Amino acid sequence: MAHIELRRISKRFGSHVALRDLNLSIDDGEFFVLLGETGAGKTTTLRLIAGLERPDSGQVLIDGVDVGSWGAAERDVALVLQQYSLYPRYTVRENLEFPLKSKIRRVEPEEIKERVARAARTLRIEHLMERKTDRLSGGEMQRVSIGRAIVRHPRIFLMDEPLSNLDAKLREALRTELKNLQMTLGATFLFVTHDQIEAMSMGDKIGVLNHGRLVQTGSPQQIYTDPRDTFVASFVGSPPMNLLDGRLVAGRAVMTPLAFELPLGVMPRQAVEGRPLIFGIRPEDVYLESGAPVEGRVHDIENHGVEKILTLRVADTMLRATVPAQTDVAIEEPVRFAWNENKVVLFDQGSGLSLRHAG
Amino acid sequence: MTQIELRGVQKFFGEVQVIKDLNLSVADNEFIVLLGQSGCGKTTTLRAIAGLETIDDGDILIDGRPVQTTKASDRDIAFVFQLYALYPHMNVYENIAFPLKATRKSKAEVDKEVRAVAKTLQITHLLDKKPSALSGGDMQRVAIGRALVRRPKALLMDEPIGALDAKLREEMRAEIKRLHMKQGSTTIYVTHDQVEAMSLADRIVVMHEGILQQIGTPQEVYSRPANLFVARFVGSPVMNIAPAAVRETAAGADVTVDGADEGFQFPRQVLADLGAANGVSGKLALGIRPEGVLIERTARAGYLPVEATIIEPLGAYDIVDLKVGAQMLRARTRSGYVGQPGEQVFARIDPAQAHFFDTQSGLALGVGR
Repeated sequence: MAHIELRRISKRFGSHVALRDLNLSIDDGEFFVLLGETGAGKTTTLRLIAGLERPDSGQVLIDGVDVGSWGAAERDVALVLQQYSLYPRYTVRENLEFPLKSKIRRVEPEEIKERVARAARTLRIEHLMERKTDRLSGGEMQRVSIGRAIVRHPRIFLMDEPLSNLDAKLREALRTELKNLQMTLGATFLFVTHDQIEAMSMGDKIGVLNHGRLVQTGSPQQIYTDPRDTFVASFVGSPPMNLLDGRLVAGRAVMTPLAFELPLGVMPRQAVEGRPLIFGIRPEDVYLESGAPVEGRVHDIENHGVEKILTLRVADTMLRATVPAQTDVAIEEPVRFAWNENKVVLFDQGSGLSLRHAG
Repeated sequence: MTQIELRGVQKFFGEVQVIKDLNLSVADNEFIVLLGQSGCGKTTTLRAIAGLETIDDGDILIDGRPVQTTKASDRDIAFVFQLYALYPHMNVYENIAFPLKATRKSKAEVDKEVRAVAKTLQITHLLDKKPSALSGGDMQRVAIGRALVRRPKALLMDEPIGALDAKLREEMRAEIKRLHMKQGSTTIYVTHDQVEAMSLADRIVVMHEGILQQIGTPQEVYSRPANLFVARFVGSPVMNIAPAAVRETAAGADVTVDGADEGFQFPRQVLADLGAANGVSGKLALGIRPEGVLIERTARAGYLPVEATIIEPLGAYDIVDLKVGAQMLRARTRSGYVGQPGEQVFARIDPAQAHFFDTQSGLALGVGR
């Protein structure tokens, strides 16, 4: 159980800047997700905490202690990777016992037995204990890898895309299992992923990384409803937030090039009147209604069974609307739509920053 | 006008039977999607229709004529693969024109048809480019153009957008649908992606272990799955399936999931329906999609007290795991509705959205609606 703090961390690989002036604080017992695209610096951050990389500048603190000079083994963190890294000729039991049999750890045989049994129960792999690991499915192997981390009772769990190699159904199931595990253990988890659904569904807190910079930290709800900039807005949420260029003119959002306009009376008008803006609206806050102000055509229909995601076309502008499954529309059919003006997020067109964050 | 029919098709690879007694009738202009996991026989079926694979028994008919003895090249069917298979040394124009070489068309005619196809696919500006200079999406557009240019009787596509990234896949999927509406050619499309199938198909054919599980419109496959496999395969998050017992009560009927003290209220009709379907005695599973599990935060008649163990906020909505007896039921709620994990909430099953399955045969018992 531990608190992690990164202070002004920078890291380069040759001329490539992996992390810039990164500040990050993860509470004891928190499930923290670092979310970003490939190359954003997520794995580097994880490796810095694990002690597998050294920062060029800045400090890594665990429970308030600067661990910069500590080796990976001394930091007492467990790493679970995308690749399972199990011993193929060993049984599941032997794989779980292995980390405890190392000479520096000196765990008593009775204690080993008990820890392995408890981990097996938690991960529901008791029926697999005598099986060789090369006879396991992907999901089972990943559970054993996590088991190997659990038995050590580490201070921190670091997980690098552990679900990425699994198929969709299994990922869905393991997401809840991991969250459940973290709650049961009460341990500090740092989980790295490029998948925003994983981040949203598991994280107590999410940190969004973009090109080595931490763009925003917050609860899933904060990140979703109040994204700091257009990068976060379009990265989190599936389908992503609609981002429409335009200006605010006399209480109306006028999209440019002049395709259509929508009412927006709820915004503080004076400050932003006439300024080039980006209007952000989530697909679930765009709705179809017969008397609505704008006409568009249905360009595409994505059918999820429980709901449909429509792509609407107005002149050259496309935007998405999530509608109930029963909504009966056809491709190229004209429809009228409006938005929930209370849910509109304004971004500056130049900087991409949300006006709520930029002031 | 092209109809395709498969009658009692059987196919073995050595000892393994990869297609088991497949019967399928595809109407003219229809967009059929073969949906299943890898190894389910969908690609083999497609290749058998194209003539790239022989069959061991049964008939494949195109416009009423058996084609087993007809070579692939004479079946007049175009095939688009996941890998683009373009000629790297030819430019886009030459690639699209290539299938017309054998047709003895005049140069002017060929030119006219190539340009017409290019216009439809919006790749006119790429005609002089070599494939190596194209993006993945454009390469697949060219591959589709090459398939369409000779106006084949039918278009077969094997995971044509499976190799593209998510955003491009969505764009291409929309284009394929729009193209089909414009061209109206009979299309059979193979994928493992259920959203792709639901979005493209007039009818979906779900396959598993070489056996056809269900044929139906996307709506039918989603809301009336024929068996447990289809129920679990289509829809995300996956449908809740819980062993359950049904019994008569004063108010109507109760459906109790295993390990629970109390049952969910159902209309009395369910008893008669299940009785007729012979599904009452101890080998019954309740199936309910997350949107069919209804939650209230305060006690209410007809709702059972349950514990919310995990909340997954997905932005537009939440998925809440409920502990009901020994089972976990996942419910879809509006975002932020249940505040904290561990909270007690009250749940009901919407009988109109409930499914019942025979756990031994896996078959849907066709009641609950």
